[in-house]
Amino acid sequence: MSTATVTRATRASRIAMIIAALALIVLALAPWWAGRADLRLMGEIFLYLSLACLWNLMAGYAGLVSVGQQAFVGFGGYMLFALTIFGGLHPIAAILLAGVLAAALSVPVAALIFRLKGAYFAIGTWVVAEVFRLTFAQISALGGGSGTSLPVGIVKSLADGRSAREALSYWLALGAAVTVMACVYLFLRSRRGLALTAIRDSETAAAGLGIDIWRTKLEVYVVTSAFTAVIGGLLFLQKLRISPDAAFSVNDWTAFVIFIVVIGGIGTLEGPIIGTLLFFLLRETLADFGTIYLMVLGAVAIVIMLKAPKGVWGLVRDRYDLELFPLSYRVNTQNKGN
Amino acid sequence: MIEWVNAVVQGVLLGGLYALFAAGLSLIFGVMRLVNIAHGDLIILAAYLGLSTTVMLGIHPFVALLIVMPAMAGIGYILQRGLLNQTLGPDILPPLLVTFGLSVILQNALLEGYTADPQKLNAGAIETASLSAGGLTIGVLPLLTFAMAIAVIATLQWVFYATALGRGFRAVSDNQDIAQLMGLNKAHVFGLAMALALAVTAIAGILLGVRTSFDPAIGGGRLIFGFEAVIIGGLGNIWGTLAGGVILGVAQTVGAKIDPGWQVLAGHVAFLIVLAVRPNGLFPRVEH
Repeated sequence: MSTATVTRATRASRIAMIIAALALIVLALAPWWAGRADLRLMGEIFLYLSLACLWNLMAGYAGLVSVGQQAFVGFGGYMLFALTIFGGLHPIAAILLAGVLAAALSVPVAALIFRLKGAYFAIGTWVVAEVFRLTFAQISALGGGSGTSLPVGIVKSLADGRSAREALSYWLALGAAVTVMACVYLFLRSRRGLALTAIRDSETAAAGLGIDIWRTKLEVYVVTSAFTAVIGGLLFLQKLRISPDAAFSVNDWTAFVIFIVVIGGIGTLEGPIIGTLLFFLLRETLADFGTIYLMVLGAVAIVIMLKAPKGVWGLVRDRYDLELFPLSYRVNTQNKGN
Repeated sequence: MIEWVNAVVQGVLLGGLYALFAAGLSLIFGVMRLVNIAHGDLIILAAYLGLSTTVMLGIHPFVALLIVMPAMAGIGYILQRGLLNQTLGPDILPPLLVTFGLSVILQNALLEGYTADPQKLNAGAIETASLSAGGLTIGVLPLLTFAMAIAVIATLQWVFYATALGRGFRAVSDNQDIAQLMGLNKAHVFGLAMALALAVTAIAGILLGVRTSFDPAIGGGRLIFGFEAVIIGGLGNIWGTLAGGVILGVAQTVGAKIDPGWQVLAGHVAFLIVLAVRPNGLFPRVEH
């Protein structure tokens, strides 16, 4: 007699979850054990990790390759400034509202740029980001082309004392990264996530099975835009200063994020984590070289795309059959007696 | 009133430059379905090659074309055979991400070699020469740029439909495998298409450098203008691309006339309106 059972979790994934939970506790306590500079760096790492997970969901799963996510990073940043300065909102409320506004704005944007296919879609998203940048540069109340700083009163309303503010800013970044990863993971495990994976593997076959492709992609685009705007708000809450060129920078918010995902492994959940760690490792060691560092990064991304299109994590997974986030189904057959 | 007519005329002529940005993009897409994100940075590379040539040899930028055009064509052939051919296939991610990486590399290599200081090509008296007609003053250089755009597009059209090379382009565009069976080496044909596209890019880069100052960071913006001209005109229609460039140019100069800060924004808005009303562009290719 042999019985077959279908499972998703594996021994490796269970161990990974326990390690992740322990790591999360250690990271949550960081304000008590890490220095000021390290805390800032880790906060930035979590926000980049979030951006990478979101871009990966769009490009790696929904096939929406965007080079214009800086549109929503910058929008979120500017909404933080506008809603706190003119709306009198608390910064955290402003950041959450920025997410809602970004979701609303992304629907008409999607209606326009979804008409473009593939690579043309990518450049279309860039045009939208440029429209955002040029529009915010025209708003003189927000400093026009030269930008503005967050008033001291608003910064102080966040928490008493500088170290308390820095700790709060760090926890917000950590919380955002955990929320984004949990949402992406649960979404991919759900019925809709299955539909999305089907679309990734074959659009024609997915349509044949009755999946509404346009709608599924729209949902991903709207949710990703909302989260991206929230992350943008958090990024500029750390920086406390905003300008159109910084807020809508294609290098900072899209090129780096793409390199992170491609190097780590596109279309996997583990990829962005590995990619973010590698990216910051490279940055901290090579940052003094400036332009050379960026050229190396571009070259590494090209080589990985050509030689190992599933990135570093793809190599690990193929070699050891590992999956830390249990997404696929496994059939286990056990022979009972003879 | 005459000021508005003037803005429109300047816009039409500016459209010639945008059509030149777009022609290479359109050609590559037509032959191998590749969208080159590094296209704008290649235009800027051509401008810098023009700068080095004019400074080192002490020649006029237009004479420098005799060196920059073959140089860019050579770069194009090597780039296509050495790198881009490996990215072509049913998956759109590799070409997109590889050309994106290439764009970042080019931009930073130019920054390393030429610094971030804005540069300009010096073409002498022709830069300020102008013709007057009925109250309008038309610069000789914009007029020459527009004439060049028409000449380039007519030449591309002729190459495509009246030469053996063009037959090769059309054959691999229709069906790569059958073209290969008929004795065409598609890797070589793609290399030639990229060489031709980058030769056109050389013209665009030199004319851009004579018209305005440039720095390593502006490639992305030029890619966007070229892309908008292609989409407004309609994919696959190269004369439509000229019309698209003209519409973009007019939108920009008229926008700038209303408020100088609106120049580029007005062009993007015109593009988005066309996308909303006629998603296939104004002059899509007629399917036979």
